Amino acid sequence: MDLEKEIANLSDQIELLRERIKRGEHKLINELVELRKKFKKLSKKRMETLSAWDRVQIARHSKRPHTIDYIKNIFTDFIELHGDRRFGDDKAIIAGFANFEGKPVCVIGHEKGRDTKEKIERNFGMPHPEGYRKAIRVMKLAEKFRRPVFTFIDTPGAYPGIGAEERGQSQAIAESLMVMGSLRTPIIATVIGEGGSGGALALGVADRILMLENAIYSVISPEGCAAILYKSAEAAPIAAENLKITAKDLLELGVIDCIVREPLGGAHLQPKKMYRLLKRALRNTLKQIENIDPDTLVELRQRKFYSMGRFAER
Amino acid sequence: MGLKDFIDKIKERRKLKIEEGSWVKCEKCKTLLYIEDLIKNLKICPHCGYTFRMSAKERVDLLLDKVYTYDLFPKIVPVDPLNFKDTKRYKDRLKESKEKTGLNDAIIIANGLIYDREVVIAAMDFEFMGGSMGSVVGAKFVRGVEYSIQKKIPFISVAASGGARMQESILSLMQMAKTAIAIDRLNKNGILYISILTDPTMGGVSASFAFLGDIIIAEPESLIGFAGPRVIEQTIRQQLPEGFQRAEFLLEKGQIDMVVDRKNLKKTVYTLIKHTHG
Ligand SMILES: [Zn+2]
Repeated sequence: MDLEKEIANLSDQIELLRERIKRGEHKLINELVELRKKFKKLSKKRMETLSAWDRVQIARHSKRPHTIDYIKNIFTDFIELHGDRRFGDDKAIIAGFANFEGKPVCVIGHEKGRDTKEKIERNFGMPHPEGYRKAIRVMKLAEKFRRPVFTFIDTPGAYPGIGAEERGQSQAIAESLMVMGSLRTPIIATVIGEGGSGGALALGVADRILMLENAIYSVISPEGCAAILYKSAEAAPIAAENLKITAKDLLELGVIDCIVREPLGGAHLQPKKMYRLLKRALRNTLKQIENIDPDTLVELRQRKFYSMGRFAER
Repeated sequence: MGLKDFIDKIKERRKLKIEEGSWVKCEKCKTLLYIEDLIKNLKICPHCGYTFRMSAKERVDLLLDKVYTYDLFPKIVPVDPLNFKDTKRYKDRLKESKEKTGLNDAIIIANGLIYDREVVIAAMDFEFMGGSMGSVVGAKFVRGVEYSIQKKIPFISVAASGGARMQESILSLMQMAKTAIAIDRLNKNGILYISILTDPTMGGVSASFAFLGDIIIAEPESLIGFAGPRVIEQTIRQQLPEGFQRAEFLLEKGQIDMVVDRKNLKKTVYTLIKHTHG
């Protein structure tokens, strides 16, 4: 990709200039400003030219920050809570209390796991009903103590398995949707990677829905859609495009409220910068809703979801 | 409306599509069935008890003694918000389904009496794009719920759906949240919600309003679940046990209240209404 090379070159040049300016060559400042402008323009162009399928790859990148990383780097004093009090503890969902910039909050998110062992333990971020029931438990704790809830969405989907069906995967997801839809405390959801279908939405009924620039959010995976509707596994990139699963698409469709910019090339390239960017977005978002009284908050949230969808009325 | 009227109505509708004296093969026991006999038996195979699918209007006829209206919101119609095309255009699929079913989308919101009790019925039609839930299904469902809150009458849904409508992508996913919120509104207003699950009730419909009923009733042998059986088999790489995800299996696992056949469905619903409303 030529554009890619050009951007990398520019980035190096900018770095050099900055060093020289630091050392006292102040005359170079105008040149730096020009280069930066060009850099911005090119990076924007580059990000705009990324296909939906490109973003699917970034969203699933093995080094992309996960819920656990955001908890560690954005929150303090996290204390994890376990179990649904009915059957077990699902490690595909992490939940607990934490502080956000000194404020007590609750955090809930899908966790895919990093190395092979952890991925298996966490079932690749695909929850069983227990995971959603644990999430519901913690949401209700948040409501009881009037703590804002931050959710992080990153899952291929709810797990399709025998046990999951036996123990009511549908019921668990449905209940989570309803509980979130009426929870009397602020909820901010962020799609950080893969927002896979109902298993993602089960943590996504929020007052504000943020989405990282390269995250995806879809009713079905592009591969699944390709197999069912296009009758061909090779159609996944086309399905990805047509399903409108990127942050930009979802903003236009009125499904999310805000896109959180990622470091150039994706969150995995500069995780620290990503944490800063997301922290700032969460801070600003929380400010907008933290003082709304619970009745109004729930009413606004319900109206928000009631208005989703597009149809005609003759 | 009695059983006889119901049968007459179905026959009348069937006449448009099927010649007199047609035969159908039972999908389960493979017996050839005379269509008249099948209809008289509420579309249940007289030999093996296999239940044939019913259209949304047949559902309403089955449950209501007096139909005030088959659809309170006929003016809500689908658009193609994403200009979606797979092997076919979404617009064409909509058109075909409309021609096949006479419906605008996969749900109708009917209103009428069960004996002396007025109810709202949201009935889905599997023949309309697999009963998939898109923006119109969500919108009409929610209007139906609000109507029943306003009139303080029970709300009954009859699910028949393969899940969310992929052609509306994320917008169809959001209908899950929308309909779940509607059920919260029913709860807060003390309105009875009976959810009837028929074959099939899967995916986004199963994991939203269908499993939020105060009472959940399933028709015998209906396939009910979140993930489709094929997806599960591919994931776990083993064959699924006999009867997995069928109504009787769900009853055994504590996921539903009862399995009720068509002959007893209306009576059961009525009893539940009497126990909860007035
Ligand atoms: Zn039979």
